[in-house]
Amino acid sequence: MFEIGLGHYLTVAAVLFTLGIFGIFLNRKNVIIILMSVELMLLAVNINLVAFSTTLGDMVGQIFAMFVLTVAAAEAAIGLAILVVYFRNRGTIAVEDINAMKG
Amino acid sequence: MIIQGLAFYLFAAIAVVSGAMVISARNPVHSVLFLILAFFNAAALFVLMGAEFLAFILVIVYVGAVAVLFLFVVMMLDIDFVELREGFLRYLPFGALIGLILLVELLLVIGAWLVVPDGAAVTQAPAPPPDSGISNTEAIGLLLYTDYALAFQLAGLILLVAMIGAIVLTLRQRPVRRQRIADQVNRRPEDVLVVRSIDRGEGV
Repeated sequence: MFEIGLGHYLTVAAVLFTLGIFGIFLNRKNVIIILMSVELMLLAVNINLVAFSTTLGDMVGQIFAMFVLTVAAAEAAIGLAILVVYFRNRGTIAVEDINAMKG
Repeated sequence: MIIQGLAFYLFAAIAVVSGAMVISARNPVHSVLFLILAFFNAAALFVLMGAEFLAFILVIVYVGAVAVLFLFVVMMLDIDFVELREGFLRYLPFGALIGLILLVELLLVIGAWLVVPDGAAVTQAPAPPPDSGISNTEAIGLLLYTDYALAFQLAGLILLVAMIGAIVLTLRQRPVRRQRIADQVNRRPEDVLVVRSIDRGEGV
């Protein structure tokens, strides 16, 4: 039980990923929490990448975890900027009110 | 080995619990703080795995930049969060069902797979052995600035585009009041001044 292997880390990552998906369903109206759930899912993906990288002895996994981190930071910045602009225009961030384009 | 196991269970438990609190906390500020806690514990898990550089990058980038950005936005916008929580319980059963199905599937995959016996032969960039004196940071640097130099530059370009995009989106041009001499000179009393006669005791 105290021998920590790849499976343990993958289980933690799977649970975190599921929590992220669950959070999107749970907070259907709040864009900020949805963005946080996406960050949680990206974190789970990073844990997976690093776990495989260290277990299999291949450094490429850690390199790609870094790139995932970069894209996650860029995504958060752009997402929050759009959120701020949207709030300025409409005064709300409820998801169901975002229907101006009738998509 | 026992200490490593105990540390893993501690950090993993805190990470999962704080992840659950992120999506269920009533106050979004608390959600962000729990997100920071989850990031810290994930960084601790990275250290346990032996990826120190990524652990510190995670703390610096996620906690220092992304989570603080979330905190700024949550505190800056005047949002009625109680209204946004309506329907929280309505979506709970459906979300729980989908989450449960996904979790069971993921755990089935984790339980059933195995590494190819000669998988080490396809290793792209072997990690340096522990007794080689090359640290994790040095190994990443040796790889990142040689084989992945182009991808590294592209990552920098993505960050640049994101930065410019965020600035362009949120920059607000306020009308600046400047002194116009011509307008001031052209100002006539009859344009701006009205003389009214007021009846006594009536007011305007």
